[in-house]
Amino acid sequence: MRGASRSKNTQILDKRVCMTNCPTLIVTVGLPARGKTYISKKLTRYLNWIDVPTKEFNVGQYRRECVKIYKSFEFFRPDNEEGLKIRKQCALAALNDVRQFLTDEGGQVAVFDATNTTRERRETIIRFAEQNGFKVFFVESVCEDPDVIAENIVQVKLGSPDYTHCNTEEAVADFMKRIKCYENSYQPLDEELDRDLSFIKIIDVGRRYLVNRVQDHIQSRIVYYLMNIHITPRSIYLCRHGESDLNVKGRIGGDSGLSARGKQFADALGQFIQSQNISDLKVWTSQMKRTIQTAEAVGVTYEQWKALNEIDAGVCEELMYEEIQLKFPLEFALRDQDKYRYRYPKGESYEDLVQRLEPVIMELERQENVLVICHQAVMRCLLAYFLDKTAEELPYLKCPLHTVLKLTPVAYGCKVESVCLKVEAVNTHRDRPTNVDVSRQAEEALLTVPDHQ
Amino acid sequence: MPRELTQNRIQKIWIPSKDDKPSMPRIPHGGPHLANPPTVIVMVGLPARGKTYISRKLTRYLNWIGIPTKVFNVGEYRREAVKHFSSYDFFKSDNEDAVKIRQQCALAALRDVKIYLTEEEGQVAVFDATNTTRERRDIILEFGAENGFKIFFIESVCEDPNVIACNILEVKVSCPDYQDCNKTDAVEDFKKRIECYRVNYQPLDPDQYDRNLSFIKVIDVGRRFLVNRIQDHIQSRIVYYLMNIHVQPRSIYLCRHGESQHNLQGRLGGDSGLSTRGRKFAGALADFVEEQNLQDLKVWTSQLRRSIQTAEALNVPYEQWKGLNEIDAGVCEEMTYEEVRERFPEEFALRDQDKYYYRYPSGESYQDLVQRVEPLIMELERQENVLVICHQAVMRCLLAYFLDKSADEMPYLKCPLHTVLKLTPVAYGCKVESIFLNVEAVNTHRDRPEEVKRGPSTLIRRNSVTPLTSPEPNKKPRIEGLDDPTIREVTPAQLTLCSTTHTTLALSTQHWLSEACLT
Repeated sequence: MRGASRSKNTQILDKRVCMTNCPTLIVTVGLPARGKTYISKKLTRYLNWIDVPTKEFNVGQYRRECVKIYKSFEFFRPDNEEGLKIRKQCALAALNDVRQFLTDEGGQVAVFDATNTTRERRETIIRFAEQNGFKVFFVESVCEDPDVIAENIVQVKLGSPDYTHCNTEEAVADFMKRIKCYENSYQPLDEELDRDLSFIKIIDVGRRYLVNRVQDHIQSRIVYYLMNIHITPRSIYLCRHGESDLNVKGRIGGDSGLSARGKQFADALGQFIQSQNISDLKVWTSQMKRTIQTAEAVGVTYEQWKALNEIDAGVCEELMYEEIQLKFPLEFALRDQDKYRYRYPKGESYEDLVQRLEPVIMELERQENVLVICHQAVMRCLLAYFLDKTAEELPYLKCPLHTVLKLTPVAYGCKVESVCLKVEAVNTHRDRPTNVDVSRQAEEALLTVPDHQ
Repeated sequence: MPRELTQNRIQKIWIPSKDDKPSMPRIPHGGPHLANPPTVIVMVGLPARGKTYISRKLTRYLNWIGIPTKVFNVGEYRREAVKHFSSYDFFKSDNEDAVKIRQQCALAALRDVKIYLTEEEGQVAVFDATNTTRERRDIILEFGAENGFKIFFIESVCEDPNVIACNILEVKVSCPDYQDCNKTDAVEDFKKRIECYRVNYQPLDPDQYDRNLSFIKVIDVGRRFLVNRIQDHIQSRIVYYLMNIHVQPRSIYLCRHGESQHNLQGRLGGDSGLSTRGRKFAGALADFVEEQNLQDLKVWTSQLRRSIQTAEALNVPYEQWKGLNEIDAGVCEEMTYEEVRERFPEEFALRDQDKYYYRYPSGESYQDLVQRVEPLIMELERQENVLVICHQAVMRCLLAYFLDKSADEMPYLKCPLHTVLKLTPVAYGCKVESIFLNVEAVNTHRDRPEEVKRGPSTLIRRNSVTPLTSPEPNKKPRIEGLDDPTIREVTPAQLTLCSTTHTTLALSTQHWLSEACLT
């Protein structure tokens, strides 16, 4: 997770497979409005979520820093020497930051997001990578479908800082001319000329792929991810099971059934889903009774995933927080110190959860409309993926009972609508207390425990 | 009114209760979104391009993750129909009789594909043949459309003469077709056989003719891939798998941790340390690894103390994988079998009834293990020399994958302590060497009990993760016309004669053959 600090000890005996001994530089290639930034951001989000420190470097941003006011497409004309000079400097500045990220800041993957449409530019990058001991992997997006390109321009270019002072028509016209500036000198990656490079060529938004010389595990994962994502509009609904009997008692984990209010929620959920009028909705649950009971009330076919089960609290299963404080005060404090990495004795950590949920995320990417009925910790993990939250934030994301989050991809991110289904439930959210020291008093530890029976 | 739920006793899965039977909707376990409708994978490529290798490996993988898959190798059908192969002339495109037989074999195989997918609960059929012409592929596409099967092509393209020569030596020379030939002749004949196909070979064309088909083109043994129109999850998984496998020679070493304290006490699970003998084993393992003199050995352990302690003795870097942890025995953790039988007699009996599906209360089943271990299998495929120091149940899962064992056999595979299994891929399978490192240890293996009363089958099997041994290819000659007792006259010109460089092949006069021959 981005920002998750690692002690020296855990770095030596890394639980994850050693992805790369040398850092990887992902280089996008393609004309403007081909989805390079979309791919860069999405890929970065995914890699960070699976604990590969990744950062994107968008050369356009550097250019906007440098050339404070964008006038017109003329800046991009191939005969505009001044423009060329600035653009080259921006690229080099970005590469410099890449070097810093990968060598000094513990980064493992850097995504160099620019058009990189000429062989010459790509050679520069390859030389840079060789000098610094980075592996290079190109991601090229090729698309000639005018509808797709037009849609891209509308979704992400019109709102760009470059066009704040233009109306829609002007912006579109200018952008089309901008694309033209690149077209003449565009040298796509070639099966023959570039046969020794490692790359994936994405054609027509994923209809076809050409994959060349995948070198290692991380590149293989990247290719798999890119081949599973799509841009068909859809929504993902996330919610927890209805309030359970153990929830009411303030106990964690277990496999109890729904309380009366939980059953009410399940009915309300059924009605809500109906009202949404969703075509082809898939419903997924965990293998725990409370989520399945909830799905039963929705009345549609559902699929059970063991991977969606709640975090295993090990020796603390079915205990109240007060009991945990009593029996395992040290563990309780340690958990507050690093809730993301902390693993319950004989149980799991959020970090383990993320690993277990990765296939679920991959399948969610493939799917279209899905309702996922899961649990608090699991929902936090999924939400963190969609909303690009760090390891620090993840375990404290608010996922209250009886509330559905509707996520809809838009532009480079995700729109979230929170729908509370108006059925009362206990609060199960425990904030991080101020005092996380192992020497703290019981009251300090229990300060943030929510009310229960 | 939402239905009441009960938890089925073996798998511990909550299902709507309706008498005994799991009722609709079918609740797939573990891996939903599996192939429905059924898929026919169609291999494409000249001979000696690895089609059968890929077919069988892929089938093994799909069966292991619980997708019933079977290979239909048209060459096998041909060998049934044409009892004695004389030479490459059979494959000449102007050999009309042979062309007819080959076509009939293909159709017979397709017929069996249909039966497998519609009546035998198969989900994926791998149609292993050259399928090098558009005409042939169009027939298959039509067949797919008629029956509602998805079609996915896997084409293997390779022009590296070394690779091809190697293939011929590894798998063709020893094939039944050439059992009566010496090596050199076999190779020569086979090369000419390839040429017969090459003349009419129409590779998949992503730009025009085949742009709407779903396929992957594997180029130069995985150096490059062209992937077109993946339709669904299973095709995506297949592509991922194909992109991760390789043919580099290497060995995978599987062993358990050294004997542990709990092992000595006969206790399940837990996280105890090594016993004295266990430590001795770790030392012996270190010596063994040294002796193997490997280039680059990766060492993997679980996150349990006993396997890490074992690796520590090797004095090499190792990686810990939580996925390699021993099966979670839930409420039975750290008990002896006697204690389990005493405290949970019903659970004890249920486990013996169906050890693969049985899930410990609050624990795991072998079925869960397979799902947990799958990413590791994927990574093992990518790697070269690896030593995996794990646990009994986990090792059984991994072994079942490499040796194509079914769910039924898996929980009873013998994986004794202090014994290393060295697996080396060879031809279409895996060579196993078992090396006992000469340090005594307790036996932790429990055989399948004799009198096991199997209850009514209330298990949810459909779409669940159930490794199946890849089924034997169909051997029955079911080619229309060939069973026909009225034997077609074979003209003298078509009688097999062997050139002087060939060993005389027995002429069967009972089957009608039309095999032209080397002059």
